[in-house]
Amino acid sequence: MAVVLETRGLTRTFGRVVAAEDVSVQIRSGERVGLVGPNGAGKTTFLNLITGYVRPDHGRILFSGKDITGLPPRVITRMGIVRSFQIPQIYSTLSVLENMLLALAAREGRGFDFWNPLRRSRAIEEAMELLASFGLTEYAYRPAAELPEGGRKLLDIALAFALRPIVLLMDEPTSGVSTKDKFVVMDTLMEVLQRTGVTTLFVEHDMDVVYRYAERVLVFQNGRVVADGDPQTLFADVTVRRAVIGWE
Amino acid sequence: MKSLRILPWILAGVLIGLGWLLPGWSRFLLTLALARGLVVLGVALLMQAGLVSFGQGLFFAAGAYAVGFAMKYGGVRDAFLATALGALAGLGIAALTGLLLARYRGIFFAMLTLAFSMILYGILLKAYTITGGTDGLRIAPPAFLGHVLPEEHAGIGQYLYTLACAGVFLYLVFRYLESPLGYAVRAVRDNEVRVEYLGLSVSRVLYLTYLLVGVMSGVGGALSALSIGHIVPELAYWTTSGEFVFVALLGGTGSVFAPFIGSALFEFIRTYAYKYAPYTWQMLLGFIMLAIVLFMPGGIWSLSTSIPRRVFGWRWFWKPEA
Repeated sequence: MAVVLETRGLTRTFGRVVAAEDVSVQIRSGERVGLVGPNGAGKTTFLNLITGYVRPDHGRILFSGKDITGLPPRVITRMGIVRSFQIPQIYSTLSVLENMLLALAAREGRGFDFWNPLRRSRAIEEAMELLASFGLTEYAYRPAAELPEGGRKLLDIALAFALRPIVLLMDEPTSGVSTKDKFVVMDTLMEVLQRTGVTTLFVEHDMDVVYRYAERVLVFQNGRVVADGDPQTLFADVTVRRAVIGWE
Repeated sequence: MKSLRILPWILAGVLIGLGWLLPGWSRFLLTLALARGLVVLGVALLMQAGLVSFGQGLFFAAGAYAVGFAMKYGGVRDAFLATALGALAGLGIAALTGLLLARYRGIFFAMLTLAFSMILYGILLKAYTITGGTDGLRIAPPAFLGHVLPEEHAGIGQYLYTLACAGVFLYLVFRYLESPLGYAVRAVRDNEVRVEYLGLSVSRVLYLTYLLVGVMSGVGGALSALSIGHIVPELAYWTTSGEFVFVALLGGTGSVFAPFIGSALFEFIRTYAYKYAPYTWQMLLGFIMLAIVLFMPGGIWSLSTSIPRRVFGWRWFWKPEA
């Protein structure tokens, strides 16, 4: 498969903290990649670098061969690299449906339309379908602030998903979701992502989730990618187990 | 919900009728309230984005002085042309100051708007030969398509014209708030990060909103200049801007009608308070603001939901139209 996303020697420091050091990876189209590593290892920084939220000190980011280093998040988003957040970023005073409708309008390039209504029957239909696939139908007409934590997380992912990404980056998609629902959520999510062929990178602390859903795992430590491979091989490796989960 | 759709038309009919029914002085107050209501509507619109402007006097004065200059130096008498010039002045200033303002939030935004309005105030005050300084400028009664209305009809003509302009902008803002851009304005207040990560530019959302607010407030200034017939630098003074914020809170932001209701109420309160308590009327306004903040944080408009609920046990359920 073709390389869709590539980083070359990404380096970024915050004061004395090295959040990324010479990170060079190639992500092929359709891959499902799990990003693991201890807290502060640079996983979220990696997502921030790719989406333009943080600029690298050195290095380049290529998307389908095009250099996107230094572009602002909104431009990168429009190109097809979309993300969800560890702390859900949603519009809490708007209803859940309105959240989705705004994402759909943005995708269709109607974000700056000031004349036609946001609520169009066709858009509402699509939004409701999306909400149904994320199990959020019952909350559609309630303010997003009223969602339980797991629901906020799902809405955050649904907003990203509504943009029809080429590459979807998710920062801890299952944190805050109850253990019982974790696999249900991931099953639905991964099924949809696989069907639509979306390349997926997700940061995850739950190794069971990583083991089950990632085809490839990148292990981060001190801002570096210290291991890269399929989960079966990697988790059998003692050094990786020590770095990631502190197992001996 | 269908029956609610004719309500604006009934309201329009009543307001047009009031033009004939009301005595001259209260019709004049209502005209002013409508003109100033346009500025308040702008303040309320910015509040949707989580921004409080303490400098709407900038556009208000710009619109008024655009009319003043056009009359004094250009011989313009036509009301439509004068209003268009007011709109243009508002648009121009918003386009310029907006470039800077779209980058600021909270207290910095508020103080910057105040700063811009005070700069204009200073210019209007000092450029005596052009602006007339503290004496201000006289505005002659306008002509409508070449006809200067006879004095006995001038008041009602002015009222109907102002009402029509207010109606146009009210509808425009209503459409705006229902549109994707209008929702984006509220989305900016809720979460700027997600707006950018939907691929939308936060500063563009705010800039476009600011342009609309500038045009509206400029028109408000032009209309009030036409109805009062005299303009002074105080229009740009920060207390004028503060009044607009006061009225926005008084009316509430629950509806596009709220700023006009607040504005009308304010004009009448001020007139009566000034008449019966000439030395303490500002204290009265203070108490009213205190009461609003403590007991009615949604402004007067919140009565439209709380009264039916208390009295009849009604609840307005919000549901999309199928």
